[in-house]
Order: sequence, then structure tokens, then C-alpha cells
Amino acid sequence: MEVLFEHFRLWLAAFLTLGIFSFLYKDNPWYKLSEAIFVGISAGYWFVVLFWDNFYGKFWVGAGDYTFGWIGAKLSGGEVPSSSGIDLMLWVGAILGFLMLLRLIPKIGWLSRWPLAFIVGATAGLWLINYVASNVMVQVQATMVPLFSSTFGSGFDSSLGAIIGTIVIFVGTFSGLVYFFFSKAHTGAFGTTAKIGILFLMITFGASFGYTVMSRMSLLIGRIDYLLGDWLGMIK
Amino acid sequence: MRRAIPLTILAVVGTVLIVSVFLPPLENLGEDFTLFFDIIAVFAFFLGGGNLVRIHFNKLWRKRKDWGFSIVTLFGFFFMLVIGLLKIGNPGGIGADPTAEGSWFQETFNYVINPLQSTMYALLAFFVASASYRAFRAKNREATLLLLAAFIILLGRTPFGVMLTAWVPESWSIAQIPNLAVWIMNSPNLAGQRAIIIGIGLGVVSMSLRLILGIERSYLGEDRG
Repeated sequence: MEVLFEHFRLWLAAFLTLGIFSFLYKDNPWYKLSEAIFVGISAGYWFVVLFWDNFYGKFWVGAGDYTFGWIGAKLSGGEVPSSSGIDLMLWVGAILGFLMLLRLIPKIGWLSRWPLAFIVGATAGLWLINYVASNVMVQVQATMVPLFSSTFGSGFDSSLGAIIGTIVIFVGTFSGLVYFFFSKAHTGAFGTTAKIGILFLMITFGASFGYTVMSRMSLLIGRIDYLLGDWLGMIK
Repeated sequence: MRRAIPLTILAVVGTVLIVSVFLPPLENLGEDFTLFFDIIAVFAFFLGGGNLVRIHFNKLWRKRKDWGFSIVTLFGFFFMLVIGLLKIGNPGGIGADPTAEGSWFQETFNYVINPLQSTMYALLAFFVASASYRAFRAKNREATLLLLAAFIILLGRTPFGVMLTAWVPESWSIAQIPNLAVWIMNSPNLAGQRAIIIGIGLGVVSMSLRLILGIERSYLGEDRG
């Protein structure tokens, strides 16, 4: 029975893989079927994972179970559950989440803006500090390093390659930033620096593109390896 | 009222989180708020799942083009909900992790979602190749640089690239394509990446300030009420 299931799983994965690849010929029912399965199953999968991880694992275990247990105990006169490890503040998240559902009722749908404002405000507050620290300060610090030594005050311990690399990084970062400064016309010395910045950015885009192609190729090889190896057994 | 309250919530929450970084008693506030996000995300997913069901039922009901595929989507969605929420086919029973090895739920991920997802991305290899054929023409200096950088990075990661410049003496090892690819990644590419990252950082700071100060209001939608 287990062998039969193993074969079924292999054939199913191969059927769906070929279904998606069939789009290379043209849009066809096999591709549409695979796509429909992908949409439905993925949505269901992430719904369930979020439910168990976030709703049950965080809210219900952290506050919901205790609250309903406490209400039940008060109503029936039974034993009140222990409050150790309970964080009633989690109800704030649950109430905001519930407000989001009110979008479905047009008359009071505007209330769904409250959780949205909370999310946007919290993201803005968190990112403002984090981005200054990680994206600005750390990057600026890493760009402006000593030319002739690996650390400040440690004497001359650098190679010609490292010195050139440091200069290239500094010039590239500075000129790239100048290119992104649109409040001043790109003319004269400023324009020349911006042009140098474009060259560095082009190399970056080219390198990123090369990497993207490599990763997609690697996935393609993986799928062909599955079809020819796991499914057909042609590659041992 | 409909706009004033969300604007106030945003300003207060944003300001409190910025101030919390400088006040030790409030330093965990960011983590608490992240927990709230996670809980709100579940409700947002209720909305998203509900919308998916509504759209496909609608398509089915009105017998629109390709309505048969909506049955497949709905079946897939409800199938995952039932086996995931009720933990049917889970060797550990109702108390076990839904993604436990051997459960129907995880098997569906391994043999349906995983191959479909990887193949979708693998498909992009063909489209990227076709797009680059059309877009990458060395028409000017910038396009040539982009093309050269991509070409060296691609070649540098293949045995063919190693073979092509294996004859270059060790004293000129930088001219060997794999080493050149590493240098491009570590120097000019890094410089460009840093310029972009610093630019994004400054952009995020400016947008966050605009939001907290109530200048940017597009997230509230069109309603003027």
C-alpha cells in the first residue's frame, strides 16, 4: 500500500510539474488546472498555518483560553484558571483584527481603518529607527573605512587590491547616492558624479540579473532532475 | 471623525514606538506590537480567504468562462482547511503539529505546493532568457556595462568560465573570469547596492515621518467622510 502511495505522489508531482511547463507551448487546460490547484491549495495551506501558529499559538494560548475559562469559572462558581504566562494585552490585537472584518459591513466599514492605521503607524515607528540604524548608519560606516589598514590606528597592513577595492566602494556608493539626489539638476561636476553613479548602478543591476538567472536556472535544473531522476528513474 | 481617529491612532502608535527605543521600560513595546500584527494578520487572512471563496463561487454561479477551474480551486482550498484544521490524516492526532511529517497536510505541501511553486519559478528562466535577448543590446555605454556584468557573473559560476581563462597566469589571477566575478560582486556591485540600500533607508525615514505627521493619507482610501 505504501509503495502504491509513493508512486501516486511521484506521479502527481510530475503531472503538476509538466502541467506548469505546458504553458511554454501556450495557455491550455492542463496549465489552468495546475494553476487552479496551486491557488486553492496554497491559500488553504497558509490559512491553516496562520491559524495554528498565530491565532491558536499566540492569541488563544496567550490570552483567549484563559479569558473564556475565567468567565466560565465566574459564571459557574468554579475554579479560576491560573493566570501565569497570560498576556491580556493580546486582546488588543484580537479586537483590532475583529475590526478589520467590519469591512464586510458597508455601514460600519470605516472602522476597519483603525487596525490599518495601527499597522501603518507601528510599521512607520519601527522602521524609522531600524532603517536609520541598519540601512543608513551601518552602510555609511562600512563604506568609510581606513585606506591603508584594516582597522583605525593599526599601522600599514593593507594590500594594493584592498586599497583599490576600498576606493571603488567609496566612489561607487557616493556617486550612486549623488545620482539618486533629484533636488538639484544633474549638470556640471554634480552631473559628472551622477553619471559615474549610473555606471556603478548598471554593474549592480547586471550582477543582480546574472544572479537571478542563475537561481532560476538552478530551479529549472531541480525540476528536470526530478522528472528524469525521481519520476522516470533515468538519472541514478 | 472617520479620518481623524485613524490619523490619531497612527500618530500616537508611531511616536510611542520611536520614543520607546530611548526609554528602557518601553523597549519591548516593538515586540508586543509585532505580536499584535501576527494576530491581526490571521483576521486579514479570514478576509482574503473569504474573498477567494466569494469570487470563485460568483464565477461558478454565473457560469463565467473557465468556471470549471473554480471548482478545483474551491475544492483545494476547503480540502486543505478540513485536513489542516481538523488534523485529518495526522499520525499525531488532534494535538499534533499540523505540519508533522507524514500528515496529509504536510504531504500535500511536499507533493503539490512544492513542485508547483518551484516549477512556476523555474518557468521564469525561459521568460528571463527571452526578455534579456530582446532587452540586452549593447546600444550605449550603460547597457554594455550591464550586459558585461551579467555575462561575467553568469560565466564565473560555471565550469566553462573557469576553463575559458584557466591559461591566465597566477600573477594576473584577477583577470580569470571566476575571480573577476567575485571582484565585481565585492566591489562595484557592493558600491551600487550600498547606494540603493542607503537610498531606501532615507526613503523609508521620510515616508515614515510623512505618515506619522499625517501628510501622507493615501492608506485611508478615497472616502472623505
